[in-house]
Amino acid sequence: MSTHVKTVSSKGRKRRNNLIAYSFIAPNFIGFAVFTLVPILMAVGLSFMKWNGSAVQGPQFVGLANYAKLFTDSRFKQAFINTVIYTVATVPLTMITSLLLAVILNQKIFARNFFRTISFFPYVASLVAVAAVWNALFSPEKGPVNQVLRAIGISNPPGWAVDSNWAMATLILFSVWKNMGYYMIMYLAGLQSISPELYEAAGLDGANTVQKFRYVTLPQLGNTSFLVLIMVTIQCFKVYDVVLMITNAGPGTKTLVLVFHIYNVAFKQWDLGYASAISMVLFLMVLIVTIVQFRGEKKISN
Amino acid sequence: MGKARTKVILYVILILLAFTMLLPFVWMLSASLKLNKDVFTFPIQWIPQNPRWENYQDIWTVIPLGRFVGNTAILTVIVTLLQLLTSSFAAYAFAKLDFKGKNALFLGYISTIAVPWQAYMVPQFIMMRNTFHLNDKLTAIVCLQAFSAFGVFLMRQFYADIPNELCEAARIDGLNEYQIWGKIMLPLSKPALSTLTIFTFVNTWNDFLGPLIYLTTTEKKTLQIGLRMFISQYSTEYGLIMAASVVALIPVLIVFLSLQKYFVQGIATSGLKG
Repeated sequence: MSTHVKTVSSKGRKRRNNLIAYSFIAPNFIGFAVFTLVPILMAVGLSFMKWNGSAVQGPQFVGLANYAKLFTDSRFKQAFINTVIYTVATVPLTMITSLLLAVILNQKIFARNFFRTISFFPYVASLVAVAAVWNALFSPEKGPVNQVLRAIGISNPPGWAVDSNWAMATLILFSVWKNMGYYMIMYLAGLQSISPELYEAAGLDGANTVQKFRYVTLPQLGNTSFLVLIMVTIQCFKVYDVVLMITNAGPGTKTLVLVFHIYNVAFKQWDLGYASAISMVLFLMVLIVTIVQFRGEKKISN
Repeated sequence: MGKARTKVILYVILILLAFTMLLPFVWMLSASLKLNKDVFTFPIQWIPQNPRWENYQDIWTVIPLGRFVGNTAILTVIVTLLQLLTSSFAAYAFAKLDFKGKNALFLGYISTIAVPWQAYMVPQFIMMRNTFHLNDKLTAIVCLQAFSAFGVFLMRQFYADIPNELCEAARIDGLNEYQIWGKIMLPLSKPALSTLTIFTFVNTWNDFLGPLIYLTTTEKKTLQIGLRMFISQYSTEYGLIMAASVVALIPVLIVFLSLQKYFVQGIATSGLKG
């Protein structure tokens, strides 16, 4: 009898505890489920449909037609290739410059905090504003950059964002400049977790600065570099607004990237099914990188 | 001797880097005080002879900049508050309570962090428009930004490090779970809350693609897309564009400078924990 009462009350308490926990989660979870989870599932479904978003005429199932279209759409091919080129160039450049910055700003130097703060400005600054400055600075005819280049004797400086040979390079340069401060902080955290004893030991063995960097710093930063690599790669796959503001995907389709193409197909051509199919390609790219990250992290922690 | 040489090289690189970081901002500030015809004079006149302060007056009437700033400020404050409240609330349950389905729910959150927003922005917009009739409404951007899995994850990581004994002791003292959250966890989690504040603030203030998709009428626009509209309409008004850009930068700069310690910590911990 008494045990019966006990199980009932403990069951009741459990249910009560569950309810309390759910009440904590509900405000965030309901918003998250409605505005994130449902659209993610819809994106998968839509990639097999044809629909222009009209409420009158609903989506039509078309099987794999949208995925088949990927292979015949030359703009998609161009966007895919451009995204890969952009990523392959931006990732190493961002990693090298942010590591260099971090190493310097980790030394005992004059006004260290000031320098750390300003190297972070480009990252927090509004993209629209700094892109406007860049476009003015790199304006082909009257921009200060080309004026300086002409002044030092380069009579035919590049046209930067409007030059079909230089547009992608301009985009990459801007992205590196904008984001290196963020990854600098991550490297800085990595550097500060290296035990000073390792440097002392290397010093006793007669290692010079370069050797210390090569044999102590770089290997010790393995984890950080791996994480930065993953983060920059994913960020590059998702690039859109920088492209819109610096080159507007041009000249022609020279700097058309995946998200730019998704935006056009969805919100200019209203081909929502096909836009979702391209989105799935983007998702797959990010997923592969994330799986690599999971594998890598396991290896590191083992 | 070798040491001194290293130091010199170090400072040379440092000054070069500082120049590349700062020069665009200095140029922006300088151009914002010039007439259009003087913006591109060469050699660059860094300090304008007759600073045109009127640029900073004119931009408020040439475009509804006040409106844009107001929209963005309201949006940013609401999103940040909702984000802090709902994330820390949910994170408490994930970190300190036992309940049915906890692991499955948390996994659901985590796995969506890897799905890029750009991959589901299209159906999200259609759903907002067709089901909730929220196209061209600031509310849409609130719904988009305020319930991120990232916030829950960040807060949970922090709460997990707070000893359970603290909660146990409070329970024995007769506090209920809501009181423990409000009186013990929240005051202890100031660093995590500051980190989340600054991330959410900067992201919402500078967000571009979300407002671009949703907000179409001029009165609804945020600062970023309003500024962008202005730049494409008056592409040759360099003085005014630069003045408006300076205005757009200031709030973020203030928030960043006052909370930067937490920002740096936040990036560092997210880096160390993956």
